[in-house]
Parts: sequence; C-alpha cells; structure tokens
Amino acid sequence: MDACGTQAAAAAAGGEGTQRTLYPYVTGNSVIAMKYKDGVIMACDTGASYGSTLRYKSVERIKAVGKHSLIGGSGEFSDFQEILRYLDELTLSDHMWDDGNSLGPKEIHAYLTRVMYNRRNKFDPLWNSLVLGGVKKGPKGDEKYLGMVNMIGTHFEDNHLATGFGNHMAIPILRAEWREDMTFEEAIKLIEKCLLVLLYRDRSSINKFQIAKITTEGSTIYPPYALKTNWGFSAFENPSKGAVGTW
Amino acid sequence: MARFDPYENNGGTCVAVAGADYCVVAADTRLSVGYSILSRAHSKIAHLADKCVLASSGFQGDIKALQKNLTAKELVYEHNHNKKMSCPAMAQLLSNTLYYKRFFPYYAFNVLGGLDSEGKGCVFTYDAVGSYERTGYSAQGTGATLMMPVLDNQLKSPSPLLLPARDAVTPLSESEAVDLVKDVFASATERDIYTGDSVEIVVINSSGTHRECIELRKD
Amino acid sequence: MFRNQYDTDVTTWSPAGRLFQVEYAMEAVKQGSACVGLRSATHAVLAAANKSANELSSHQRKVFRVADHAGVALAGLTADGRVLSRFLRSECINHAFVYDAPLPVSRLALRLADKAQVCTQRSWKRPYGVGLLVAGLDESGAHLYYNCPSGNYFEYQAFAIGSRSQAAKTYLERRFEKFNDYTPDQLIRDALSAIKETLQGEKLTSSNCTISIVGRKDDGTVEPFSVIDAKRIQEIIDSMEAADEVPPADAPAESSSMQEGDDTGAAGADPAAPADAPAPMDI
Repeated sequence: MDACGTQAAAAAAGGEGTQRTLYPYVTGNSVIAMKYKDGVIMACDTGASYGSTLRYKSVERIKAVGKHSLIGGSGEFSDFQEILRYLDELTLSDHMWDDGNSLGPKEIHAYLTRVMYNRRNKFDPLWNSLVLGGVKKGPKGDEKYLGMVNMIGTHFEDNHLATGFGNHMAIPILRAEWREDMTFEEAIKLIEKCLLVLLYRDRSSINKFQIAKITTEGSTIYPPYALKTNWGFSAFENPSKGAVGTW
Repeated sequence: MARFDPYENNGGTCVAVAGADYCVVAADTRLSVGYSILSRAHSKIAHLADKCVLASSGFQGDIKALQKNLTAKELVYEHNHNKKMSCPAMAQLLSNTLYYKRFFPYYAFNVLGGLDSEGKGCVFTYDAVGSYERTGYSAQGTGATLMMPVLDNQLKSPSPLLLPARDAVTPLSESEAVDLVKDVFASATERDIYTGDSVEIVVINSSGTHRECIELRKD
Repeated sequence: MFRNQYDTDVTTWSPAGRLFQVEYAMEAVKQGSACVGLRSATHAVLAAANKSANELSSHQRKVFRVADHAGVALAGLTADGRVLSRFLRSECINHAFVYDAPLPVSRLALRLADKAQVCTQRSWKRPYGVGLLVAGLDESGAHLYYNCPSGNYFEYQAFAIGSRSQAAKTYLERRFEKFNDYTPDQLIRDALSAIKETLQGEKLTSSNCTISIVGRKDDGTVEPFSVIDAKRIQEIIDSMEAADEVPPADAPAESSSMQEGDDTGAAGADPAAPADAPAPMDI
C-alpha cells in the first residue's frame, strides 16, 4: 500500500458529485505488535507522510479502544481517525448499557472487519491496515488476542503481526525470536530491534516511536521517544563503493 | 499509480475425498498475498452443520463473509425445521449464495464435503459464481492443478459418461484416503508457493467429525 | 349498561392514569398455561406446563431456543410469542454476525421490551398478548428476565407466569434464596415442583411439561440451550415422587387457595377501581 498522488481524487463511477477514496493522501507506516507474557504490546513511529513528504511528525497512531483493547493503524490517516470515531461511538454505547458485559478485543476486531469489508463492497474503502490487540478475562481465564484487518477486509489472528513495510522487515525477526512467555522487558527489546531495522531500511519511517501495552490491568500508551542509532557502519559510509557499474 | 482493487488472492488449496461411509475434507493453513506470508496458521475450513464441512480458498475477506453467511442461513434453517441442514441442501444453498453475487462475485473456490442423508460420503465442487457438481473427490485453489491429476490417477472414478450412472465415491478405506490427502498436500507444497505450513484434515463419519493437523514445509 | 370509555384505543389514557388495552394484553398472559423460570449463578432453567386445547389436539410449543446461549418460555398468545421468538433469533444471529459473540441476555431482553413498548404508543397497533421468560447466559453469568406486553421487563432469580402461576410463585418465594448455589439438577427439580403447583391436582408427567436448561459448565464451556428429553424428565419426576413418599414432606398443599385474581384485580378493568390500586403494569 504505497502512498502516491498529489492530484485531486476524482469522482468516478459514483456519479453525481460523490467522492470515494481512489488513493491515500496522508499515510502512516508500519505498526508492529505481539503477544507477551501478560498481554499485548504494540509499537509504531509517529510520522505521517504526504506522498513522499514527511508531512506530520508527531501523530498518535496507537489508541486505546474500550477497556480491553488497543488499535494501531497504518495507511490513510484521516480514515484512521474516522475509524476511531466509529470505535468511540461503539465503546461508548457499549459502556452505557452498564450491564456487566463489554466488548473485548475479539468482538472489536470482528466489528472492524465488517466495517472494512462493507466499505470495500461499496468501492469506498477505508485505506488502512489495522492491528487490534488486547486481553480480556474469559470463562477460561485471561484471553490474549491479536488480529489484523486490511482495507479490503482480509483479516486474521496471529501471535505477532506487522503492517506495511514491517511485514517484510519485522516479521522475519519476530518469527525467529518471539516466544509466548516473554517478559515485558524482553518484549520491548525485541520490538525496539524491529523498529530500528525499520528505521534504517524504511525511508519514510522516523526516529520517534510510541510503544503501548495492554494487560488485564488496562492499557498504557507510553510517551514518544527516540532510539539510539548508529550510522557509522562502513556499508553506510560509501554505499556504492565497490559496486559494479558505479563510479 | 496504485488503484483500488477490491480483490486479492490469499492462495491455499482445498481437497475433499468421499468414501462409502466417510468424507475427508482438508485445506492447508497458509495465508499469503503476493510473495508475503501473512499467517502460517489460518484455517480455511468451516463446520457448517454436523455432517457438512466447507473448505475454501481465494480471497480471505470474501471467504469469511461467505462462510458467515452460510452459518447464519444454516441457523435460520435449524430454527425453522428443527434439524440441521443436510449436506446436499447446503450444497444447493452455497450455489445460490455464490450466484446471487454473479456480477460482483465472491472470489472463493469451494469444496464442500460431508455425508448425505443415507450416510454416504459426498463431495461438491464449485466455481466462484456457483456452478457445481457432485463428485467423489475434488481439489480447489492454487495447488489444485498439481493435485487433481494425482487424485484422478489414484482414485480412478468411473467415467461420468457411463449409463446408468455409477457411484462416484472412492473405493479407498478411510485411513487410506487420509494418507492420500497427506501425500498430495506434501507434494503440492513442493511446487506451489501458496500451499504449505500445515494441513488441517477433517474426517466426517457416522461417529461425528474428527480433526487433525499435519505439518508441511514452511518455505 | 356501563361501558368503559377509555379502552377502545391503546393510546388513550384513563383519568386514573391507566392504559386499558395494555392491561387487557397482560390479562391474556394470565390465560395461558403456566411457565416457570429459575436460575443459579451459572445455569437457568425454563419450564412450561403443556395444555392441549382439547382432547384430540396436541399442545402448543411453549419453549423456544433463541440461540445456543438463550431461550424463551411463553404464556399467552402463542402466535404472538412465535413472532417475538423469531425476532429474538434474528437479533442473536445478526449480533453474532457482526461481533462474533453471543448477544448479552440483558440486551436481548431490552430489545424485546422496546419492541413491545412501540405497540403501546401507536394507535394502529395492538400490544403483544404474550409474556416471555427470557433465560440465558452471558459473561456475567446466568440471567432470567420477564418481559411483559407493556414493555416493562424485570430481572428475576425465579419467576412464574400464566394461569395459576401464583401457586408456583409462592413455592419459589419460599426457596429462592438458595437458588444461586443450586446445581443444574436441583434447578430442574424445583422447576418441576413449581410447575406441579400450577397443575391443580393433575398428575405431573413428562408429557404435560417441558423443561429446558442453559448454563456454563465447570470447564467454562457453554452448555447450549436445549429442551431436556421426556425420558430423562420422567426419571426425575419418578425419583422425586419416590423421595416424597418417605418423609411426611414439608411440601405445600395450599395450591388451590393461592390463585390468580388475588393480586392486581384488573380482570374486569373496572374504571371505578380504587385510584390508589397499583396498575398491573407496575408489577
């Protein structure tokens, strides 16, 4: 899902002045998330690009949804904010029943999947990849949940997930090093390793990250921080040196 | 420039083999898009009724929508008729459901397996817009072209041209059929990049349904 | 002859602040054969007394499965009840389609109540003439609701509706405090005993009652709503009768003295009824 296009979105098949998203304008990058011992941890950078321009540098792309869930969004930022409004309405009305029942991460994910799939059916997609994680007490003990859904409604669960570039760069690392029983510290270390690789290799990522966790105690979204980078690798100093066909 | 495409192919292969008193339904658990693997453990199989199992490959969003739709309609049927839907009834319902979206189809390739009202194994195989046929065995999805000739060779179903029509169920025993299914999946995994990780096998017989998972190559 | 001026239309108030058409609908509930519901912390049981309209006919179905986690028992106009249980079933299916989870019982009961309420405020409609006991399971445990034609609904530990239900209520009122810790089997036995109270001397057999149960097993899985088969019911009835014969039984014998008509006195809908008597809708 690459960002492109500075032209105005034209109304096509919709006729009479309706507009649908033909391509995204302002896009956020990868979100990575994984389960760990006590819950789910999620991370992304705080940048949003307008095409190839880094347009916003301090946006929050991870939010809490209700009491038991976290959502992370990449892709069109305005659509993500619209989805947050949907979820706000949903969790508010759920809370207002005040009957001891509440939507857990599995239910929110199922709902989001319906929203995304219905919009693609109308050829009016919400241009996002969404990651939904959470924990909720169930009849069989604490149940961790981590799932994702994309702009056309493809959805699945897994122990670790990444959207966008992260699917290429972070998933191989997670597949090699992830364990179910990781402590919070170990999980942070692994997540930071993934973020650093993305920072080095994804041109549109920035060095300002946000990490969030959710456990049965509730969710915590930590303030943004930067990672220590090292650009002194010899391969970075003269990358084309020795490459055939260059000067 | 990237333009909106409402479809994607998430790959995968589904197989069903019917015997005299059993039916084996199997699908791999890999979910991919392009050259990426999204998940290694995603089930493509839905239990629609107690003697009726659906395996589907294609676009995962459509598959789930289709399977949910059928589950909901099966529940309505159960409420109205006080019994579970039979496999041949579900087969017709699936066809109608697919054809209903003839001009914006479900991108889903289905094999439906189960037992008919006489307790005999049955397999129904579909295209994306609802045309279907009752057979003794079938494969659908990205690895189908690799598996189907092997199944043809091993199961030797009687020619559909014979009159009067012969029984299409395979002569194999249940365990032989399960072994054959394992073999064709292991083989397809060698050459089809969209098939792999593991295969989920569901066996339906008079004692109920039984599920097992076998590991496949992960590359 | 005196004629009530305020009962020709659902939307017309009487000067005493009553809606007679709605009260008449609630009378219809009392005409139906009795239904009983009771629950523990984890299980809910619904029971119904089966009455056939005449010797030659079978009885009408009184207990309906709504979904795996919920069901209803109804008294009154069974035809209205069928329409409402179809509504409840589709609500459950729709909720499961969107959220991949069962619809919580309180929300199910409320949607039903909202549907009934609409009929009390539209001149071209008729209130549903049926009372429903809604039993089900959600994340806060087992629940039992009574939905009545007025649109009111109440949560109960145990309740009974329909003809001669007062006898069953009396029985339940004496015992309900222990229900929360009951095993499923104990719930079924008390449901049978309560139904027996409504039969007015008629012998309780598996053919004149229907018992259903829903709940959560010890391992956390749902025991889906199902009607218990007649053979097992008969076994339970037989074992209860055998047990009854041994001790002198503290069991009640006052069933005939506690009958309907002794509570709200709306039967005749007499407009001259004392203004301070509670309207049946309040109950």
